[in-house]
Amino acid sequence: MSEAVLRAVDVTRRLRGDVPVTLVDSATMEAAPGDFIAITGPSGSGKSSLLYLLGLLDRPDGGEVFLQGEPTSGLSDSQRAALRLARIGFVFQSYFLLPEFTAAENVAMPIRRLGRVTGDAAMARAAALLASLGLADQARRFPRQLSGGQSQRVAIARALANDPPLLLADEPTGNLDSRASALVFEIFERLAKEGRTVVVVTHDMDFARRAGRNVRIVDGRITD
Amino acid sequence: MFRLAVDIAFRHLVAHPRQTIALLLGTVIGVSMFLTISALTRGSEGEFIRRLVDSAPHITISDEFRRPRVQPADLAHPAGAVEVRHVKPVTETRGIRGYAQVLDFVRRQPGVKATAVLVGQALITFAGKEFAVALNGITPKEFEAISIVGEDMKQGSLDALAANPNGIVIGAELAKTLSLHLGNAVNVVATNGQVRTFRIVGVFRTGQVNYDTSQTFVQIKRVQALMNRPSRANSIVVQLDDPMQARTIAERIEAQIGYKSLSWQEMSENLLATLATRNVASYTIISAVLLVAAFGIYNLLSTVVGEKQRDIAILKAMGFLGRDLELAFVLEGLLLGLAGVAFGIPLGMFFMYLLGDLKLTVPGMGDEPISIPLDWGLDQFLLAGGFALVASLAAAYLPARRAARVEPVAILRGAV
Repeated sequence: MSEAVLRAVDVTRRLRGDVPVTLVDSATMEAAPGDFIAITGPSGSGKSSLLYLLGLLDRPDGGEVFLQGEPTSGLSDSQRAALRLARIGFVFQSYFLLPEFTAAENVAMPIRRLGRVTGDAAMARAAALLASLGLADQARRFPRQLSGGQSQRVAIARALANDPPLLLADEPTGNLDSRASALVFEIFERLAKEGRTVVVVTHDMDFARRAGRNVRIVDGRITD
Repeated sequence: MFRLAVDIAFRHLVAHPRQTIALLLGTVIGVSMFLTISALTRGSEGEFIRRLVDSAPHITISDEFRRPRVQPADLAHPAGAVEVRHVKPVTETRGIRGYAQVLDFVRRQPGVKATAVLVGQALITFAGKEFAVALNGITPKEFEAISIVGEDMKQGSLDALAANPNGIVIGAELAKTLSLHLGNAVNVVATNGQVRTFRIVGVFRTGQVNYDTSQTFVQIKRVQALMNRPSRANSIVVQLDDPMQARTIAERIEAQIGYKSLSWQEMSENLLATLATRNVASYTIISAVLLVAAFGIYNLLSTVVGEKQRDIAILKAMGFLGRDLELAFVLEGLLLGLAGVAFGIPLGMFFMYLLGDLKLTVPGMGDEPISIPLDWGLDQFLLAGGFALVASLAAAYLPARRAARVEPVAILRGAV
């Protein structure tokens, strides 16, 4: 078995306040290259919270998240940001495309931030990514000119911009019709087959069933 | 990252064209008003000081002392037990003692021109009318080199006094008051009762009504004779190459010769203080215009940061740092400031051109129209531009800090 891209060991996240809430309770899981994992569970069970912890957007109160074997809890905010930029791609339910930029410019944004290639090369890579997702003719359109399915594919292209080994998605088909959802599923499946690790939080049980692996979470605890 | 931050800032501004143009107008008007009003303020200040400096000697040495002389009894017995009351100082002829030597000393100072004057009060009578004037006894050649009266002659000349020992030069306002004309003979009555007849050989107009009414000029020897003060002068008037040095040179002269030496600054202290107050008021008002523009920028950026919480969150989730976003929003303020300066300076120059072209007729200054005095220099452009940029940056900084502190998880959790 190849080395895990992502490993969470006893990860716990609590919200402090008048009434403390445990969002994620001692979650342990592992994802290898090529894994296509669906995290499911009822609303408020801690799916998204676990995803944010796995994606280094949030810090656990206990336990450790390893990314490609490296522990991440001791890293500074800027080191975690650098890891996210180079090794993790995010896709959200609401796409979160920047409205002032075209589809291609949105995709090029993380490439330009990483700064390893020129602006022109970044735009060329963005165009190629959009073409690979069937959006070659939408590259110059602004987000308001795109359909939901097209916007989500642009968001996926943006998540893949820096060629990360790990792709995390939070309800990526939540706002899409069945046809667009099926297309997004196919893209994730293809990416996993290409060797990327894909972890998707979803309510869509059909989507979850078709994923390679299922992780169910209830009240913050992974049950199977 | 810098180019990307500029790109983000630029796109935000372009995405809100109406707000951006409104804010830009605020900065443009602020910068142009700053330039125009400061040019007016400096121009009028310069003109005022020039008139102040030109209309009177830069330094006037009079036959007075700042501290009265100590009486001989006080000098001999400073701690005496007996007080002698009603001591009357010796009656002496007023004037600067050994004025020729004093004049010689003053003239040896670098950048200095000086002449002695004997000034006294007198009455001019003509056709049954009489008018109190200051009778200035001068050496015409020397005085012409020092005073602007020679340049303001409307009829005749100061030189004519040299050729005509019984000549008198008067101001145009006095001539009007007494219906006098060049060549008329007038009687001058000194305070000791002596009367002498002079013929008008020149009429001047400086534009200052008071001066043109009250000042008259005759040869010094005639005044000495009329006032029974032979070989005396009670004033030495000094003109400097650099009028701004007047205070220092006056102090030096007074320290050496003892007589009271008044610089033009000391004589006009109240006016200069008023001028300084007016400058503070002017600059406060024009700075306020720019501050209002800066508040506009602050408002826009605060709104943008508020509206862009989700975009900021996704950028941070992607791997952008807080300081990247801070830079982008600060650049947004800077771009607004730069554009404001870029358009504001030409507009300010246009306003200055319009004002500079304007001609006004001022009552009492004759029929000749005068221009509005304007003065501008590189320092004003730098000040206007620098102030606008600093204000824009300061206005952008707080919203930018807020953008940098956005917690992506809190926003993403609420948004999904």
